[in-house]
Amino acid sequence: MSDTMHEVTYRIRHFDPNRDAAPHWEEYRIPYAPGMTVLDGLWKVKELHAPGLAWRSSCRMGVCGSCGMLINGKPGLACNTQISELGTSLVAVAPLPNFEIVRDLVPDLRPMIEAHRVLMPYILRDDVEERENPTGEFWQSPEELEHYLQFSYCIKCGCCMAACPTYATDPSYSGPMPLGQAHRYNSDSRDGGFAARRELLFGEKGPWRCHFAGECSRVCPKGVDPAKAIQLMKRELVLSFLRLRRAKCPSGLAKKPEGIGRREGIPEAPAPTV
Amino acid sequence: MMRDAKLWTWHVAAGIVILVFLGLHMAIMHLDEILGIFNPAGGHPIDWENVVARGRTVFFPVTYILLLGAALFHGLYGLRNILLELNPPAWLKGAIGVVLLLVGLGLFALGAWAAVASHTLATSL
Repeated sequence: MSDTMHEVTYRIRHFDPNRDAAPHWEEYRIPYAPGMTVLDGLWKVKELHAPGLAWRSSCRMGVCGSCGMLINGKPGLACNTQISELGTSLVAVAPLPNFEIVRDLVPDLRPMIEAHRVLMPYILRDDVEERENPTGEFWQSPEELEHYLQFSYCIKCGCCMAACPTYATDPSYSGPMPLGQAHRYNSDSRDGGFAARRELLFGEKGPWRCHFAGECSRVCPKGVDPAKAIQLMKRELVLSFLRLRRAKCPSGLAKKPEGIGRREGIPEAPAPTV
Repeated sequence: MMRDAKLWTWHVAAGIVILVFLGLHMAIMHLDEILGIFNPAGGHPIDWENVVARGRTVFFPVTYILLLGAALFHGLYGLRNILLELNPPAWLKGAIGVVLLLVGLGLFALGAWAAVASHTLATSL
């Protein structure tokens, strides 16, 4: 796209369930400035043409995962997508597919969040007392960290769910984000929750419907590879089903450093609030 | 709850069985110049004398039955997955499973009977 471009056309899908029977498209022309993101353009549209236009956004730096939407047919973050990257002066923006629409560009992500919650995306351990009132840190080596690190970059934006052809047709399938995150915790050396999650993952909430289209990994704005997580999870579950998986104990507390005291003038950390 | 994991594991295992026995089939049919031991009568692998010779052994009918079972399970499980992706209602999902199971069992019974019958015929010649 030319750097000398002065205007871009936004083609936006609108839907207000209180007013519209079906979604419809509207076009707006807005001034273009180099460095403009799709999100910047949406703000401009709102300012100049459509004050009632609704979408979600927050951080503007690809961290919060709020502004996932369908941009020129591909799920992505509006704040993370430069208009110049699109290679056209027409920016078509629609809400993420595979979700109900709350309004305009706002998808209802509750099914995804619920599927995520059900698969217990947190450290599960038997030592409840240490978990609730921690006295130290659980030990983890850099090699153990590598097993799940890339999956922990997920920001739950829902782009992978919108791109998944299986989730599009089978609402009982958990989808790439919840499954990827279940694998992230199953692979964490501090976690002991594999058996608890396995009960769900062995059934229809598990990864069995995934046929490795790989679209989730292609569209992920954080470079996470949920398709890989799902294949690794399948392997772990099959090995577990065949009783060939080596059970692992969650790691214990790391040794506290000895002979090191607090420097003078540095206050104690405040008591944990959670 | 374990049903999906179990079916998937069998699906993978059936794939391995297919790989081995289909590999054997291809080797016998297309590497006959090298693997002449399966063609004792010489000539082409599908010459009548060679077919009868293989049918007389226990090994071949058993592999036919194993390959048939594995291929049926692998294929029908794949077909079931395709049909379930059409998002049928719950009652139809169950019906698809039952129909495919009955079709699979019927075809397996027919194929297994044919394999045993060919063995019986070959040994009687």
